[in-house]
Amino acid sequence: MIIKSIVGCKIIKLLNLSYKQLNEFSRSMNLSLSLLEMIKIKSYFKKIARNPTDIELETIAQTWSEHCKHKTLTGIIKYTEKKNGRKKIRVFNNLLKETIFRATIELNKKQCLSVFKDNAGVVEFDHKNAVAFKVETHNHPAALEPYGGAATGIGGVVRDILGVGLGAKPVAATSVFCFANLDIKKSQIPTGACHPKRIAKGIISGVRDYGNKIGIPIVNGATCFDDGYIVNPLVFCGAIGIIPQKRIEKKICAGDLILIVGGKTGRDGVHGATFSSINLDQQSNINAVQIGNPIVEKKILDVMLKARDLNFYKAVTDCGAGGLSSAIGELAEQTGAVVYLDKVPVKYSGLRPWEIWISESQERMVIVVERKNKKKIIKIFNEENVEATFIGEFTNSKKLVLMYKNNMLANMDMFFIHKDLPKPVRYASYTIKNEQVQEPIKLHSFEILKLLKYLLADLNICSKEWIIRQYDHEVQGQTIIKPLHGNTIETSGHGDASVIFPYTIVKATKKGIVLSNGLNPRYGKINTYKMAASAIEESLRNAVSVGADIDKISILDNFCWGDTDKSKILGSLIYAAKACYDMSKAFCVPFISGKDSLHNEYFIDKNKYSIPPVLLISAIGIINDVTKTVTMPFKKENNKIYILGVTRNELGGSMFTKFKNIKNGIIPVVYYAESKIIMKKIYETISKNLIESCHDCSDGGLAVAVSEMSFASNKGVKINIDTVKTEPKDSLTVTEIMFSESNGRFIVEVKPENEFKFKKIFKNLIFSEIGYIINEDVIIFESKKHKLKVKEKLSVLSNFWRRNINL
Amino acid sequence: MYFPIFGVEILIYDDILLRNYMKKIKVLILRTAGTNCDYETQFAFELCGAIAERIHINLLIENRNKIFDYNILALPGGFSYGDDIASGKILANELKYKLGDKIKKFALNGNPIIGICNGFQVLSKMGLLPNPKILKQSFTLTYNDSGKFECRWVYLKKEKVKNCCIWVRNIPNLISLPVAHSEGKFIPINNKLIDILTKKNQIVFRYSTKNGNVALSYPLSPNGSVGQIAGLCNDNGNVFGLMPHPERYIFALQHPAKAKINNDEYGWGKLIFQNAVDFMK
Repeated sequence: MIIKSIVGCKIIKLLNLSYKQLNEFSRSMNLSLSLLEMIKIKSYFKKIARNPTDIELETIAQTWSEHCKHKTLTGIIKYTEKKNGRKKIRVFNNLLKETIFRATIELNKKQCLSVFKDNAGVVEFDHKNAVAFKVETHNHPAALEPYGGAATGIGGVVRDILGVGLGAKPVAATSVFCFANLDIKKSQIPTGACHPKRIAKGIISGVRDYGNKIGIPIVNGATCFDDGYIVNPLVFCGAIGIIPQKRIEKKICAGDLILIVGGKTGRDGVHGATFSSINLDQQSNINAVQIGNPIVEKKILDVMLKARDLNFYKAVTDCGAGGLSSAIGELAEQTGAVVYLDKVPVKYSGLRPWEIWISESQERMVIVVERKNKKKIIKIFNEENVEATFIGEFTNSKKLVLMYKNNMLANMDMFFIHKDLPKPVRYASYTIKNEQVQEPIKLHSFEILKLLKYLLADLNICSKEWIIRQYDHEVQGQTIIKPLHGNTIETSGHGDASVIFPYTIVKATKKGIVLSNGLNPRYGKINTYKMAASAIEESLRNAVSVGADIDKISILDNFCWGDTDKSKILGSLIYAAKACYDMSKAFCVPFISGKDSLHNEYFIDKNKYSIPPVLLISAIGIINDVTKTVTMPFKKENNKIYILGVTRNELGGSMFTKFKNIKNGIIPVVYYAESKIIMKKIYETISKNLIESCHDCSDGGLAVAVSEMSFASNKGVKINIDTVKTEPKDSLTVTEIMFSESNGRFIVEVKPENEFKFKKIFKNLIFSEIGYIINEDVIIFESKKHKLKVKEKLSVLSNFWRRNINL
Repeated sequence: MYFPIFGVEILIYDDILLRNYMKKIKVLILRTAGTNCDYETQFAFELCGAIAERIHINLLIENRNKIFDYNILALPGGFSYGDDIASGKILANELKYKLGDKIKKFALNGNPIIGICNGFQVLSKMGLLPNPKILKQSFTLTYNDSGKFECRWVYLKKEKVKNCCIWVRNIPNLISLPVAHSEGKFIPINNKLIDILTKKNQIVFRYSTKNGNVALSYPLSPNGSVGQIAGLCNDNGNVFGLMPHPERYIFALQHPAKAKINNDEYGWGKLIFQNAVDFMK
C-alpha cells in the first residue's frame, strides 16, 4: 500500500526544504525539533525515497522530545569544572548512565527489582510483593493553568504506577510544590503573570480534588517558597503502589492485540510532550494542558487490577506525554505494530488523524491482550462502564504502521524512531564559588527571640497544616504515621516522614513503607553539589527519624532546571549529578527511578524568568515492624533531650542568613561517614524502643527543630546551648549554634530509665544531652557561658508558627 | 461450585470450605465509580469473622434479588460518581429508583445497613434515613462551614439516652474517630425533625470535646452540623449512617498516638463492625 494524502493528513514536501526552511518548519509546526534532528529526518526519508506525512513527523517529534527521550541528560556533554582558576574537563557520553544509574549498578542491591526501565522504580517489599515508586514533575502545565495542570499531575503519576509491570495498586501519593512568596506585592509581579496566591490556590486545589476523588492518600510533601518561582511554579507529584513480584515483567509478541481503555480522545493536550520540552512565553498554547477526570481513572484502576489477577492481559502502559504515539511506540519498539486510528473512541468528530495519535487526553491506558482473551477482557471492562476498544495489533515487521479508514498514513522503521536520533555534543561549565565564613554573629537575647519568631512565621518553616488537612491523607486506612504527628487529636505538627502499613493488600504483614523527601533549593544558588548532597542526606534523615533502616531505603531524583541549552546552567546540573553518584555510593542507597524537567523559563516581553536549580530527592524505605516507629512531638515531662551529630559553622544559604541578608557563609557539607553511622544507630535505638521522639534539624537549625517538637506536643522545653558539641570547639556564637543548618543532626527524646542503654549505643559518637522537657508553657534556650537567655511562652511562639494563611 | 469471594469468582471445591462459607455472616459492600473505602471496609468486616464481598452496583441492578444473599449491607466512603450535582446524589437516585423496593425490604427485615461518609450522604439523599419506610429525604449533609475538605480526628459523644442502635452496643460514651469530608454539615428539613430524632433515640453520635461536652467550635466541630450531629440511625436501630470513618480505626496503630482500647491491639472502629456481625449470628 502506498502512502497518499487524504483529507486530514497532508504529505509534507520535506525533501525540497533548505536548512533554513527546515528550521522554520519545525518552529511553525510546534515540533520542537532542532535543525540537526530535522536533517536526520530528511535523510531518512530521502533513503526511503518519499516525503513524510504530517503524522509521521509528529510521531518523531513526540518520540524525540526532551520529555520522552531525555536527550540532554543522555546525550554527549563536554563538561568543564573551574575552581580557583584551575580547570578540569570531563566528557560524558551519557550523563545519567555515568552518574545516577552507575551508582545503582555498582551498588547492585538485592532490593532493586526493576530500575530505570519501566514507568516506575520497583523495590522488594517482602518475598512475594514489591513496591513501585515514581515522582513526576508537571511544571509547564501548572505554569499555564494551575488547577488543571496540578490535577493531571497527580492523575499522570498514578497512571505511571498502574502502568508499571502489569499494574500496581496505588496506596499513597506525595506532592511537593515550589511557589513564589505569597506575601509579594502586586507591583513586583511581572505583567501578565498571576499572583502566587492565585497560583498556589489553584495548584493545591487541583492536587486535592484529584487525589481525594481517586482515593489515594497524599501522605508526604514539602512546600518551598522563593521568588525564583514567580512565573514558573513547580509541581512534583509522586505515587507508590504494591505489585506482586510475579507481575513485574511485561511480555509482548507479534499477533497480540492493542486495547485502549478509559477516557475518550479529544484535542486537549495536543503537543504536551513537545511543549514541556521548551521555554514558555505568553504565546504558549493553553490547549497543551489536559483536562482531568479522577472518577474515570478510578474506574480503570478498579477493573484493571481485577483483570490483572485473572491473567487477562500481558502488558500495560499509560498514555502520558505523547499520547498513543509514545505509549504504543514504546511497547512496540522490539516488534512493530499496526494501529487503526479511526477505531479510537473520540470525544467529538473532526479530529485529524495526527491529533488522535498524539493527543494527551487523560485517563487512558494501553493494554496488550492475547487473542484468546479478546472477549473476556471487553466484558469485564464493560461490566463497570469502562470503555475498552481494540485499536490495532503488534506485528513482527519492526515497523510502525498507522491506518485511517483503509488508508496508510505512516510506515516507519522502529529502529529509526527509537535509536536514530542524532547525538550532538553539548557544552557545559561550572565555576565552583569560594565560600567564606561570615563575620561572627553576636546577637542579644531579645534579637535572637525576634529572629526566631520571624523564622517560625516564614512560609518555608511555618505549619503546613492548612494544606495537609485538605488532603484525605488517611483514605485506605493504612497511613499509620500520618503527615501530621501528634500525641492527641487537638495538637499536631508536620513530621519528617509518613508510614504506610498496607494491611488490606498484603495480608498478615507487619511491614510498612516509609516515605520522605529532601529539598534544598537555597543551597543550589551557591553550590549545586552541596544542594544535591544535602537533599539526599535530608531525605534519608527524614526517613530514619520515624524508624527506617537506611539499608532498605531507595531514592528517586527529580531535576528541575532552567534552560540547559546554556552551558553554565547545564554545568550546574552536572555538578549536582556528580553529588548524586557520590552520595548514593557513600550511603549505599540506590536510585531507582527519576525524571527531569528542563527549560523552566518563561519570557515576558523579552524578559527572561528562569528558576533556581531544584533537585527533589524522594526516599522510600521498607520497615520490618510498623509498631517500631516514632513520631516527632515531645512525649513526657522530665524526659531528656539529646542532639546527635556535630554542629558546624554552616550558615551559608540558611534561613537565618536569608533574613539577616548576610551574603557569606559556608553551605552545609555532608559528612557522610559520620552521618551514616548515626542513622544506623538511630534505627537500632528505635527498634529497641529506647527513644520517645525524634526529629531532624533542617531549615532554621536546632532552634526551629526543638520548637517544632514543642509545638506539636504543647510541652515546654529547656535547652542549654553550651552543651551542644561544635566543631571547631568553642568557635561558634550562641546565635550560630542555634541557627546553623549543619547536616546529619537529630534531636531525640529519651526517658531517664533508658539513658544508660541509649548512651551505650552511641558510645564513641558525637552526641550530647542538651536539655529536658518541662511542665510549663515556655521554651527556653540558655547559655550561661555567654550570659544569654531566650525565653518565650510556648503559646506565643506557636502562634507565629501556626500563622493564618488565607488563600 | 463457583462462589464470588473478594470480588472475584473463585472455585470452591472443598466441602468443609463450602460449609464454612455458608455458615458465615455475609456482607455486601456496595461499590460504584468513585467508591474509595471499599477495601478497608471489607477488611474490617472480615476481621470480625464475616465474609465481605465488594459488589459493583451494575451486578446488583442486573440481579435485583442478589441483595438477599447477604446479611449486612455497607455503603462505604468515597466520591460516588465524583459527587457531581451534590455528594452522593447520583448513587442515591440510582439506588432509590432502581433498587429502592429491595433495599427498603432489606432494611425493614431488620438487616444491618451502614453508610459511612459518602455512604451516609447516599442514605440521606435516598431517604433510607431517618425512616426507611417512607424513603423520603428529610435532611442533608452539605458543605462544611470551613469551606474546605477536612481530614482530622474528632471526639464523638454517644447519646446517653437508651440507644437503640445495634451498631454501637458496648461502645463507651466517648470515642474518637477520623473524619474526612467536605460535605458533612448536617442540616434537617425543619426543627421538628430534630425533636423526633431525639424522642425516638435516633441520634447516635455528636461531635464533642475531650471531656464529652458537645463541641461548639471548629476544629473539634469539623463541619458546623446542626446539633453537632455526626451519626444517625432509624428508629429500629439497624440502619446507621455516620460521617466519621470507623474502618480507619480498627487497629490501635491507626490512631495518631497509637492509642489502644481495652489494652488490646484494636481500635473503636472494629467494635462497631463486630456489633453488626454478632447481631446477625
